[in-house]
Amino acid sequence: MSETWIILGASSSMARAFVRKLAESGHGLILTGRDKDDLARLSADCLARGAASCESLPVDARDASSFTPILAKAGLTEGTLSCAVFIGSMPDQSEIDADPSLIDGVIADSFTGPARFLQLLAPLMEERGSGTVVGVGSVAGDRGRLGNYVYGAAKAGFATYLSGLRNRMGREGVHVMTVKPGPVDTAMTWGLGKQPFMTTPDGVASDILKGLSKKRNVVYTAGIWRLVMLVIRNIPEPIFKKMSI
Amino acid sequence: MRWNEMCYSGWGNALTVTGEVARPERMQGLAAQAPVPAIGNRRSYGDACTNGGARAVDMSRLDRVLSFDAETGLVEAEAGMPIGELARLFAPLGWMPTVMPGTGFATLGGCIAMDVHGKNHHIDGSFGAHVTAIKLVVAGKVKTVTPKTKTLFAATVGGLGQTGMILSATLQMKRCEGTGMEVTEQRAENWEEHIALLASSTAPYTVGWLDATASGSKLGRGIVEEAVSTAVEPQSAPKGASKSVPFNFPRFTLSKAIVRGFNKAYYLRIRDGGQTRIKPLEEFFFPLDKINNWNRLYGKQGFHQFQCVVPDASLDALKAMVEKIAKSGLASPLAVLKRMGPDAAGMMSFPMQGYTLAVDFRESPKARKLIAELNADTLQAGGRIYFAKDSLATEAEAKAMYPDWATWAGEANKADPEHALETDMTRRLGLRSV
Repeated sequence: MSETWIILGASSSMARAFVRKLAESGHGLILTGRDKDDLARLSADCLARGAASCESLPVDARDASSFTPILAKAGLTEGTLSCAVFIGSMPDQSEIDADPSLIDGVIADSFTGPARFLQLLAPLMEERGSGTVVGVGSVAGDRGRLGNYVYGAAKAGFATYLSGLRNRMGREGVHVMTVKPGPVDTAMTWGLGKQPFMTTPDGVASDILKGLSKKRNVVYTAGIWRLVMLVIRNIPEPIFKKMSI
Repeated sequence: MRWNEMCYSGWGNALTVTGEVARPERMQGLAAQAPVPAIGNRRSYGDACTNGGARAVDMSRLDRVLSFDAETGLVEAEAGMPIGELARLFAPLGWMPTVMPGTGFATLGGCIAMDVHGKNHHIDGSFGAHVTAIKLVVAGKVKTVTPKTKTLFAATVGGLGQTGMILSATLQMKRCEGTGMEVTEQRAENWEEHIALLASSTAPYTVGWLDATASGSKLGRGIVEEAVSTAVEPQSAPKGASKSVPFNFPRFTLSKAIVRGFNKAYYLRIRDGGQTRIKPLEEFFFPLDKINNWNRLYGKQGFHQFQCVVPDASLDALKAMVEKIAKSGLASPLAVLKRMGPDAAGMMSFPMQGYTLAVDFRESPKARKLIAELNADTLQAGGRIYFAKDSLATEAEAKAMYPDWATWAGEANKADPEHALETDMTRRLGLRSV
């Protein structure tokens, strides 16, 4: 049975690694992003790797009208429909401190935009009674930290949203999986020095696929972060508030 | 683009530099930015891929297939595409890159810049002969260079990245039967037998492993591998890069006694009458790629690879070099002997009709001295050394070995008048100072 995946934010290196694996398994793809040239290149790459079909469309998390053509395209597909969300933005916390209006954009990119899209897509997936939603959050959403708490808050909101969506869609045969990457070797972390338990985009993609095959609800990648965050979440607040980790 | 100041080196790890490196994930804006040398997966051994104290762009994240035609076998890919990845993707469809070097991690851009050769050089020529187009950034503009663009093409292929940043390229791939290789291995008991087996081989792919520690009557002994593509499915499917060398090994790992013992066992592994097996394509072409970071086996100081080619008429000189290496006791298990055909695609291409020898040496003052002698011997024999491996040749040697260097330098200096693309290697060898 054919499966089509909608990818929100396909130009990110994590998404790129993931869609290549989908392409090599022969799935159909609807790639969305903001960099048109990059999407065209990725689309060609996916077709060469064996994707059953590959279309690319623009998306802007802050502009819900960009969702309509994507949803229309999704409605035309046959068989199982799945969706993976990779969009998000993380300006430096110091930039946000200087200009608090940036908060709206971070929340829109990392939480409300994707949530609104998934809310519109949900009925279509429920109707088909199959498929998967992969939502990429972050370990930063597990606890507010000095270095990136606005981004963390957006990802926490998205994680809570995904948990609710899982509760709703699970009853209709749609699986929702939350992915929480730690540091990943991408353009975002390039030049930030050595990060703890860093994984690669390819490592994230493999962990997502492994998680899907086991129908996991929440996946940490690298896996060690499940343990690390368990510890961090359990540090009592009076102590945690004095720490800078 | 974000610049990251980092310490890095070529595959040999012997020359480490500090410099700023960017690693873009998208093409946008790349052509327009100030020119700096492009580097790939840094599989050249010496300083061809370093730019100490200055900037370089790491192209490894620009690695997409841009088009593939299953009828003609033409494939266009971005410069950071590893050559082994093209084989993995397209061999099941009956196509593989016509020329593949000894590691599948070498990028498309790097293969062009070094005009690499494979185990089939005597039949198919070098890498550049199968490149039909290169998208090159010259003076801030993207230019498509084809074999018809005569001098610029010949200066770019094997041109050490000095004519402009390679963004993408189109390759003519070669038909293959599938993902398997039928590999026949046989022992060569000494130098004469080894050369005779290589010379008489009619297989499309031929390579000799040399026991560079054997001397006396066993001098030059080794194993000659001949292979042909086959539709038979290989028995053991490759499981990707599953093993990894986690840290730099201590110096004694490759001590003289251990290397001698390993080489003997490796040699005796082959039955007296030879043996034929079906191997996965990766295992035949990229035998060491299964072990990530195998260069760490040589320890923190790193290692050098000496690779030369000498014309047929200088075989005795090559034998004398092997004798010198055996006597030194400095060689590692990695030594390769191969026949080469006459074809070279670029002005600065390494291949010439004759025999090529490649030997690894752990970094040490003794090894440097030996390699310096071997470099001089190579020049004396009318041969040349390979820039993809070199870290120790002198300017005079390099220029004498590559008679077209001045023409090439003129072309490179025209494309890059500011010398913004120079690397530690081109500066060391003065290749662009006419």
